[in-house]
Amino acid sequence: MTQVDPTAGSAAGSAVGPGAGSALFAATVGLAGNAPPRAGAWRLFRDNPVSVAAALVLLVVLVVGLVGRWVAPYGINAVDVANALQPPSGAHWFGTDDLGRDVFSRVLVATQVSLRVAFVSVAFALVVGVGVGVVAGYRGGWLDTVLMRVVDVMFAFPVLLLALAIIAVLGPGTTTTILAIGIVYTPIFARVARASALSVRVEPFVQVSQTMGTPSGYILRRHVLPGVSGPVIVQTSLSVAFAILSEAALSFLGLGVQPPEPSWGRMLFDAQGFLGLAWWMSVFPGLAIFVSVLAFNLIGDGIRDVLDPRQRTLLQARRSTRVPGRRRAARTGGAA
Amino acid sequence: MTAGSIARFLGRRVAHSAVVLLGVMVVVFALVQLVPGDPVRIALGTRYTQEAYDALRAASGLDRPLLEQFLSYVGNALTGDLGVSFRTGEAVAGTLLERLPATVSLALVGVVIALVVALPAGIWSGLHEGRVSDAVVRVVSQAGVSVPDFWLGMLLITVVASGLGWLPSSGYVPIAEDPVQWARRVALPALTVGLVAAAIMTRYVRTAVLEVSHAGYVRTARSKGLPASVVTGRHVVRNALIPILTITGIQLATILGGVIVVEVVFAWPGLGRLTYDAVAARDYPLIQGAVLLMAVMFLLVNLVVDALYSVVDPRIRLS
Repeated sequence: MTQVDPTAGSAAGSAVGPGAGSALFAATVGLAGNAPPRAGAWRLFRDNPVSVAAALVLLVVLVVGLVGRWVAPYGINAVDVANALQPPSGAHWFGTDDLGRDVFSRVLVATQVSLRVAFVSVAFALVVGVGVGVVAGYRGGWLDTVLMRVVDVMFAFPVLLLALAIIAVLGPGTTTTILAIGIVYTPIFARVARASALSVRVEPFVQVSQTMGTPSGYILRRHVLPGVSGPVIVQTSLSVAFAILSEAALSFLGLGVQPPEPSWGRMLFDAQGFLGLAWWMSVFPGLAIFVSVLAFNLIGDGIRDVLDPRQRTLLQARRSTRVPGRRRAARTGGAA
Repeated sequence: MTAGSIARFLGRRVAHSAVVLLGVMVVVFALVQLVPGDPVRIALGTRYTQEAYDALRAASGLDRPLLEQFLSYVGNALTGDLGVSFRTGEAVAGTLLERLPATVSLALVGVVIALVVALPAGIWSGLHEGRVSDAVVRVVSQAGVSVPDFWLGMLLITVVASGLGWLPSSGYVPIAEDPVQWARRVALPALTVGLVAAAIMTRYVRTAVLEVSHAGYVRTARSKGLPASVVTGRHVVRNALIPILTITGIQLATILGGVIVVEVVFAWPGLGRLTYDAVAARDYPLIQGAVLLMAVMFLLVNLVVDALYSVVDPRIRLS
């Protein structure tokens, strides 16, 4: 007989625990273990105009990140003091900064810098966090307890504060910023992955696999990781959004990306002294951050909606009941 | 029986928090140990005498064995002794306490603003699911979540302070000294943190209301003919308040530990600004103290929220 972990039935719920900030991630973790029938997920995603719009915006942002350096009309450090602090015009779409540098060109090039920091740091968090979470959830026992206590400790620090502390130790700079953001977002992935792994572990097909003597490595690759992937994809999109914000905050404090490389946050740092004088210096880099973060957030939400079984049925029900009267009846709890 | 189960639940939570606190202290202690090179030398810069070096090293205890250093760090911290600032030579605990009121007042006003915005918006949105007004609330709140708080602060300074000249862009006056000036100066930073928090909270309030309004007892209340206002007030909103309490607590904790950048934008002399200055100056004892204090506040707020939660909702302590 296979032994069933009595606590695992409520894995998705109990894994969240009463600890700090957990409610914020409960929504993601709630998806855990419903290794979803993916067919149709893409269609549902495609049918959501908000998700499609966000995906298009994101595509533009990514393309700018890739080619921005080559299409920028001016050099990022082309100082032109005679034309300093010029408002937006035909020659300088986003105006010029206090050194006469073209804000538009700098925003374009900064896209690459800011996205690179966000992607690499989230990739770090994803690999380490999912690894830790899957091992903890699948193995259980003392290893799980120890790893999750470490995660609890990391959750006790506000995100930006922990990143600042890491930078205080390692010194400012782009590499440190990537590492700091990566470390800070690792525990989220660990929790999400652990919750999914816990619930996959008790699925009959995994239990059977185990009794048949299948090696753990194979079970992890074949069964556990695919079950974890849904929530992790959602978390990745949301984390990239947060990572962009964190990089911007750290660079704004002068501790992240260092000159001469421009990043959106660093541009806002430079704009601080000119808030009343040159609004364009702060408005455009901030808008770039806002639009990118919004796109990643919306896509994360969109993916969550189509992967979450409860939301799925809702969406599918809405698709099939296009008659307004019936929809209202369903909403108010009447018999549809 | 209920009192006993509440006590047991709280006992477990306090024990858990104590374990986490110990871990937090290990991390905070390790900060200085992990600094590549000699933290004392880094703090002193390039020009210093051997006597100054020896004095600072001895004062910070860095010349003793590691375990001894850690145990005395924990012992001292628990009795309120957080060491001495590398830069000013003043007691870290005293400096932190001086800055605490500014941060707490900013965070509290911010949370109040967030509640004033998020409660009506979220409840309305949840009760009108699928309507245009719901869509508007959802779009605006999603946008609010994506705005960098310090950028919002810069925009507010540009428009309200520099442009219209209605409010000062920076500075701090203690509330006891001059409440009016305090209010004028806290307004913009509190609005900055409050609006961002409001966006996050609106989404949670909406979800909470939605979940409750689909519950069986709400349907029963409706079908037995209770007026909509009674169903909404007595059944939906009241039950939705339980998760709202949690998210409010989490937001308060998040603001307390996350106002660093906003405090820098508005030159607000709180813990965040202090931490930033300490990082810039590599004043390690001050960094350690600030990080420890903020983490402890974070833990405490969460503990209080869980305690309230267990009193309000018996299902929590039974699980």
